[in-house]
Amino acid sequence: MTAFPLADRTRRGVTQARQLGRELAEAFNTVWRRSLQLRVVISTLALSTAVVVVLGLVLQTQIALRVLQGKEVDTLARAESGRVLLERDLAAVDPIREGAQGDLNNALDKLTNASGADEPSSAMAGEFRAVLTTSRASGVAEVAAGPVEAVPLDLRDKVTQGTLARKYVTLDEVPTLLVGQPVRTANRDLEFYLLFPLTTEQRTLGLVQSTLIVGGLILILLLAGIASLVTRQVVRPVRQAAEIAERFADGHLDERMPVHGEDEVARLGESYNEMASSIQRQIRQLEEFGALQRRFTSDVSHELRTPLSTVRMAADMLFSSRDELPPALRRSSELLVAEVDRFEALLADLLEISRLDAGMAELGSERVDVHELVSHAVEAVRGLAEKTGTPLELELPTGVYAEVDPRRVERIVRNLVANAIDHGEGRPVRVVLGCDDQTVAVLVRDHGVGLRQGEAGLVFNRFWRAEESRARRSGGSGLGLSIAIEDARLHGGWLQAWGEIGRGAAFRLTLPRALGDPVDSSPLPLGPQDDFGSPEGAGSVPTPPFGWPVTVVPPSCEVDEVDAISESR
Amino acid sequence: MLTRMKSCVLVVDDDPALAEMLTIVLRGEGFDTAVVGDGTRALPAVRELRPDVVLLDLMLPGMNGIDVCRAIRLESGVPIVMLTAKTDTVDIVLGLESGADDYIVKPFKHKELVARIRARMRRTEVEAVEELAIGEVTIDVPAHQVQRAGERVLLTPLEFQLLVALARKPRQVFTREMLLEQVWGYHHAADTRLVNVHVQRLRSKVERDPEHPAVVLTVRGVGYKAGPP
Repeated sequence: MTAFPLADRTRRGVTQARQLGRELAEAFNTVWRRSLQLRVVISTLALSTAVVVVLGLVLQTQIALRVLQGKEVDTLARAESGRVLLERDLAAVDPIREGAQGDLNNALDKLTNASGADEPSSAMAGEFRAVLTTSRASGVAEVAAGPVEAVPLDLRDKVTQGTLARKYVTLDEVPTLLVGQPVRTANRDLEFYLLFPLTTEQRTLGLVQSTLIVGGLILILLLAGIASLVTRQVVRPVRQAAEIAERFADGHLDERMPVHGEDEVARLGESYNEMASSIQRQIRQLEEFGALQRRFTSDVSHELRTPLSTVRMAADMLFSSRDELPPALRRSSELLVAEVDRFEALLADLLEISRLDAGMAELGSERVDVHELVSHAVEAVRGLAEKTGTPLELELPTGVYAEVDPRRVERIVRNLVANAIDHGEGRPVRVVLGCDDQTVAVLVRDHGVGLRQGEAGLVFNRFWRAEESRARRSGGSGLGLSIAIEDARLHGGWLQAWGEIGRGAAFRLTLPRALGDPVDSSPLPLGPQDDFGSPEGAGSVPTPPFGWPVTVVPPSCEVDEVDAISESR
Repeated sequence: MLTRMKSCVLVVDDDPALAEMLTIVLRGEGFDTAVVGDGTRALPAVRELRPDVVLLDLMLPGMNGIDVCRAIRLESGVPIVMLTAKTDTVDIVLGLESGADDYIVKPFKHKELVARIRARMRRTEVEAVEELAIGEVTIDVPAHQVQRAGERVLLTPLEFQLLVALARKPRQVFTREMLLEQVWGYHHAADTRLVNVHVQRLRSKVERDPEHPAVVLTVRGVGYKAGPP
């Protein structure tokens, strides 16, 4: 490499240039794709250039042809009159004899001087030079007058054969028209040539050409300008419409397009505005429905809770004196209390999910020890585990901190563990806590009946139940996992399920350690660890956060949260 | 104050079934009860009966619970426990700010209700002669009197208890949980909003400038403590 620094540098330079070229092409491509105006202007430019070039060529050719034709006619007339003159003067001259040279010169001088004087018609042919010479082929020395060396041989051959001939040549960089014909003298024929320089014609044609080029360029630029102006007129309202539509999409529902006149753009504006009004109307309606629903939920909550309070107290009353009751009534009072508990839990879950649905859920985040949180959650369901004889295997490293809403996360974990115990058929349930720099994860794994194919996607559905064989022990409401997944979304995290018939199921909660950070991966594998297949395998359901309108109580308020609220009032 | 054998609980609730059930439960626990089914009649009942605790439902016909609460607070420091079906922060804080000492969310358990009411009836244990001071505020514990720069400050029993709890251990920083246990009688984790709101209310009465408290200080990230004596 060091051996050829120059080659190396050159290669690098070429690569760089190529790179630059590619980038430029890319940039141009982007602009080309994005700007209708640019496309129209460039297309117009290209097409009009082609048209102007073709037109210019045709025009120039035609003009040149006409000019030369005129010149030829004039020159022929001149040559003819010259021949007549010469034949008259040289009728008696023998060109081969000594001294003929002088005669020839004289005749030519006469011809040249007489030009234009006696025959005005041939003056049109312009200035010229004349040549008079003997034929080459005669074998004797040539006798010539005028610049005979300028006459090409093929022309001389033709003239020797006795015909009138003409030819365009360039002499000393001047285009010249040569006309030659034989002149009869007493003894033998002479060759008579006239050389017409085409300077004037060339100048004329040059002028025409430059006029055409300048005119063409101006025309092209004008066309481009016009195209630009015209498209601008069309494109501007379109751009405006796009901007307004974007703002509308951003939630500024009052944005409308200005409508001027009655043209197509105005019609576009009108129909856009109608659409916007209609959407706005519907959104308002939906908002009203939403508000109504929330009020309804709140009212229902109050209306249901009051009688439930009475029932609850009555049941407690009966329960507390159950020892005095006959066995059937005693059992009834126990059932009553248990079912009131369940009813209450169901009501609470319903309210929670409707609050989540309405986007009214508040995320009260604070930095907490996740180990402690998960331990709490597990302790809360330990009673259930003992009742079913389910061993709990905990793998909870300490010192894992994250910024979460402790109430919600504890509820998620409690739900997952209770669910695992419920469906674990008494086999061990593992709870694993893991973390990396960005995320914390909790994995809850049971070895129960597991999930059928496709069921992993259904477990988070509200009131979804697996097949009948999965007995319910914790008396969950059927909303636990739905609430859990919404809570996970609220944190911007994932809740995923894995399951296989006969191998059990796994649920993995992954949360960002700092609120608002994205979750790209999880520190724990979701599938069974005794299995070397892809842990993210079949049945896993990633749950990217939905765009719920989330009210986040900033963590800085953790101390004076309520103080802040009351002070602001 | 009248000497009564039993403590009296005034129940303000428009739901007759719940009111009756509350009456049965409270009588069973040895309380005297009176029931008012309308918000407008709550204040006259407080004046007339001078109850030891008011159990107030927040949703009432006539006059809503929040307004009833404010009206009672204007002339009485009687402990108020509100009954609410709403658990949203805004509703709870609004209730507490209007003067309620504590709240119970429906549906509640029998035992929970009784515990809340008993906690509110519990008086500060009085030691012979005890005079406490924080800055320019002096507290005469047996007399239940608080003065700021010689001027009498009227506190509700709960606010008094809160202030005394802080003043008795001037070097101690109290977490919200500690205060919940000492003042409200919660023995397990409960709503720390109770503490926050009542500290605000207490400050608004004893501080010269509640924005820059000198008597009840906030210890960021931990809780509260008394100001220097």
